[in-house]
Amino acid sequence: MSQHNPAISKGIDWLLVWLYIILVSIGVAAIFATTYREGDSIVQGFLSLKTDYSKQALFFIIAGVLAIFILLTDSKLFTATANISYAFGMVLLLLVFPFHTEVMGTKSIIRFGSSFQLQPAELCKVFVNLALAKYLSRIETDFNKPKAQLIAIAIALVPAIITIAQSETGLALVYFSFFLVMYREGLPAMYLIIGFSFAALVVATLLINPNTLAVILTVLAIGAIYFLKRLIKRKREILFLIIGIWGVCVGIQRFAVPYIFDQVLKPYQVKRIYDTIGKEYVPKDAAAAADIAKQTAGKKKEDGNYNVRQSKIAIGSGGFLGKGLLSGTQTRYDFVPEQRTDFIFCTIGEGFGFIGSSILLGIYFLMLMRIVTIAERQRSVFSRCYAYGVASVFFFHIAINICMTIGLAPVIGIPLPFISYGGTALLTFTMLLFILIRLDADRQMVLR
Amino acid sequence: MSVFNQSRSTVIRLIFIGLFVVILAQLINLQLISGKYKQAAMDNAVYPKVMYPNRGIIYDRKNRAILNNSIMYDLVVVPSQARKEVDTLALCRILEIDTAEYRKRMVESIFKNSSVRPSVFEDLLSAEMYAKLDENLWKFPGFDLVPRPVRVYPFKAGANLLGYIGEADSGVIKRSKGFYRMGDYVGLSGMEAYYEKILMGQRGVNYMIKDNKNRLVGSWENGVYDTAAIAGRDLKTYLDVEVQQLAEKLLQNKVGAIVAIEPKTGGIIAMASGPVFDPNLLTGSERQKNFNKLFLDVSSPLLNRAIKGQYPPGSTFKPLGGLVALDEGIITPSFGYGCGGRYGACGIGKPACTHSNAGHAANLRLATANSCNSYFTHVYRMAVDNPKYGSVKKGYERWREYMTAFGLGHRIGVDLPSEDKGNIPDTVLYNKVYRGAWSSCTNLTLGIGQDMMLATPVQLANATCIIANKGYYYTPHFVEKINGETKEDTILNTFRKKHNVLTQISDTAYEAIISGMEDVVDIGTARIARIDGISMCAKTGTAQNFKVIDGKRTELNENSMFICFAPRENPKIAIAIVVENAGYGATWAGRMASLLVEKFITDSLTTERKKLADEIANKNLMPGYLVREQYKQDSIRAYNWFKLTKDTSVIKRFQRRNTPAAPPTPADGKTRVIKNTPPAIQNRTTFKIKRTATTI
Repeated sequence: MSQHNPAISKGIDWLLVWLYIILVSIGVAAIFATTYREGDSIVQGFLSLKTDYSKQALFFIIAGVLAIFILLTDSKLFTATANISYAFGMVLLLLVFPFHTEVMGTKSIIRFGSSFQLQPAELCKVFVNLALAKYLSRIETDFNKPKAQLIAIAIALVPAIITIAQSETGLALVYFSFFLVMYREGLPAMYLIIGFSFAALVVATLLINPNTLAVILTVLAIGAIYFLKRLIKRKREILFLIIGIWGVCVGIQRFAVPYIFDQVLKPYQVKRIYDTIGKEYVPKDAAAAADIAKQTAGKKKEDGNYNVRQSKIAIGSGGFLGKGLLSGTQTRYDFVPEQRTDFIFCTIGEGFGFIGSSILLGIYFLMLMRIVTIAERQRSVFSRCYAYGVASVFFFHIAINICMTIGLAPVIGIPLPFISYGGTALLTFTMLLFILIRLDADRQMVLR
Repeated sequence: MSVFNQSRSTVIRLIFIGLFVVILAQLINLQLISGKYKQAAMDNAVYPKVMYPNRGIIYDRKNRAILNNSIMYDLVVVPSQARKEVDTLALCRILEIDTAEYRKRMVESIFKNSSVRPSVFEDLLSAEMYAKLDENLWKFPGFDLVPRPVRVYPFKAGANLLGYIGEADSGVIKRSKGFYRMGDYVGLSGMEAYYEKILMGQRGVNYMIKDNKNRLVGSWENGVYDTAAIAGRDLKTYLDVEVQQLAEKLLQNKVGAIVAIEPKTGGIIAMASGPVFDPNLLTGSERQKNFNKLFLDVSSPLLNRAIKGQYPPGSTFKPLGGLVALDEGIITPSFGYGCGGRYGACGIGKPACTHSNAGHAANLRLATANSCNSYFTHVYRMAVDNPKYGSVKKGYERWREYMTAFGLGHRIGVDLPSEDKGNIPDTVLYNKVYRGAWSSCTNLTLGIGQDMMLATPVQLANATCIIANKGYYYTPHFVEKINGETKEDTILNTFRKKHNVLTQISDTAYEAIISGMEDVVDIGTARIARIDGISMCAKTGTAQNFKVIDGKRTELNENSMFICFAPRENPKIAIAIVVENAGYGATWAGRMASLLVEKFITDSLTTERKKLADEIANKNLMPGYLVREQYKQDSIRAYNWFKLTKDTSVIKRFQRRNTPAAPPTPADGKTRVIKNTPPAIQNRTTFKIKRTATTI
């Protein structure tokens, strides 16, 4: 790499670079383990560029070139072009609508020729991150004002809405991770707490019998009144507040959630959510059953329940030490679906067991913590916001992807950073990371 | 720069830590604590391919294989490889199906086993079909001929005693506590079932790796956990397959049973049950169709009447009654009874006797030879009224002990499943029926093997063995030895134990009875069964029997019964024969027995005797009521089918008024109605079909 050039290497955070190299190498090895067939010539496999692992290795080289290119640029370039790049990203996203090619149910891919394809929704994360950082770092932005908060939220969520329109719910959800950045920059914690409580309530509604849950909520409310009675004597409003919250909660679990599940969401989406929390979904009528059948037909074994079960079997059967890279029966014989991309963690879980999975988690953890540390040492708000953006996006991807494979999150198709097969994803993560490294290298030069 | 929010970085770090703790906890749960996933992955990917051993072969006493293994071929197809270039028309022509059927089977195969795995397209091909397919297989890519072992019966004999195998059903699997699995073949009847453990051998297992489409992709761990299949062991039996074939030939078109036993060993030489069928019907591709046909036949060919047919023994019981009286010291061989054609001592003039001339029952020997009913009725009454025991009930209990010793009234333990007990009623039953008020006059016909007495042919043959052996017997059985028998094989131990049940009876008593039985053939009721050069001791029987037909207890033509052993000195064979509703004992059963004795002892039959065998074989003695019974059963089934499915195609046949319906009364010559049973028992089915526009 660029170690010999003192001009570029100055101030570069080598730990991040090494972590990056290790992760991508693990990724190529994991893809190799799932797609290599007994008897194939390995050298030929890598040189032919026809196998998935050779393609991923090629992407690694391309990503390396891109990384060097980013490191060669001036960090001012990113602040200067943040808004233009955001606009460029939006155009790219919108271009998908006329020019997309439908692949496996997603409408988010543009194809160039026969072999190269681009997924703007993936790439756009970089531009959004830059634009958001730029907006938050403006001197005239007062983030305590609701107007500023709304604009920031809009910058993050507009591409999410476009992405949902392209049937890529998973990628759209990633944009919600930018709330972490806004939280760091002063978005009231109440937003996150309310959002989180709401999610917890929805899950509880699905898991617990409605009457039992209503009783639990009531008991909680009465308990709160009892413990806060002194406070309530002084301030009557608190009583009304508790009763109000109680009313809203019961309303949500009794009416809002059933209404959304029956009327708003499509039966197959409901089924997928039920699959995630491990409950059997019984279609309420023939039309619903037909809808599920239609959605699952064509995609063989695209049954969320099946995927998660096989994935859990793969990881669980790895045990403490694992079965070895090429000895995992679950991943070698195609029991786990999408194992090169979304379910790549199974290969590591099965092949290297608890030890291997823990090491991988450790690497990710180290990387996230390092990025947060880097963020906090920035003198410029732009750099700090950008660093938090990178951390949030990585965090969200890791959380959803790994939790999905071990049965803790719904089956949402988003890649595991640096490891999953896929050129656009690898290039996007590389850009996110190396722009950060570049900004960090110049942290002494900029004030704002 | 809002320094104020600096603490929030700690919160974000805590959120990150929280997530990794949750993930790590779930990984510990999945990978370290929960053990089920390892097994689940094994179940997913490792396929234990069961290797079936060859079943054991069964040989007769001259080492001829009477139940053997053979190979038949299944036509197997992998649909995904058979899409193009298959000469469909040629294949359909060979298999004698049309292209619609071809497509249907293809779709079924894909539905059942997916298109990448092999499915059976046509199973158990006939030899001709196999030859044609083998020659033309190159025209049908994706198709293959796969061998499968099947059972064959080269002598076409012994259907009921050898039994058959079939796929284990859920009941068998449950009872075996999971030893058998779906798709296993298991002995379902006869010796195939009784000696299942020995015949089946041990399954082998080859562990194979399969992929997500259940294709086998290689052996697992290079086969270190594989076990080889061990072939089932062969059985050597006492059967003489030629005698068996003759017995089955004689029972053609008759309902009845033949049991022939070697008295010295208890080894069964032949056991046939009529109507007979070719056991090969229950192997091969038509087995299900044939089974259904046999199963629905009211003459019940699948019922082994030799062990499950319970008949009143009639006069064949008389030698046993004589022996009891002699042993109890009530009579001596010179005891005589003045019979004038009826037994009058109980005041009802019954039973009648076929002879009325003076002196036909002047002594035991003559009474046996002439089968005098009055004599043996009287002997029975004297035995149970023996003053030694005080009361008729105690006397009867003593008499019943003798019957138990003769092997009557309980299972004797032949090596076939589901033997029947027969019946020697106990005092409890008589007390119940007659409310305690009964005497030797009440059940006097027990003395001539009637009343409530019932015995199976194998019990009668065994009792004959006891007479021939003068007091001992070996439990009747087929298997002489198991190939490669070890100390652990305890299954034959019970058959090698000598049962000295009645050796306390004096030899003179036995000699007296045996002489009487010899006279039966020489000068008595069974002269027709005499064989030159072989001294045969026998007893005929012409037993009354009743059957409820159309709700009426009807007396049918008598059963033709016969027991015998030969030769008198050093007996080699003992036989019991029942031919249902055939009439006089000696005429049918007696002549059959003489043919079997001659065949077994001389190992051949003269041309003249062969002619007799053919003549008996060709005689149709099927009871006439069966025709009507079959019609009733078929029409009831048709009616139930109609009720179930509203399909009128079957029942229409029974609705036409002037079809050749079954005869209204049984077609036996001398049936007469004894009495009407109450309407509750009547088994009438009326056909009322609502005629709707759509169904008819």
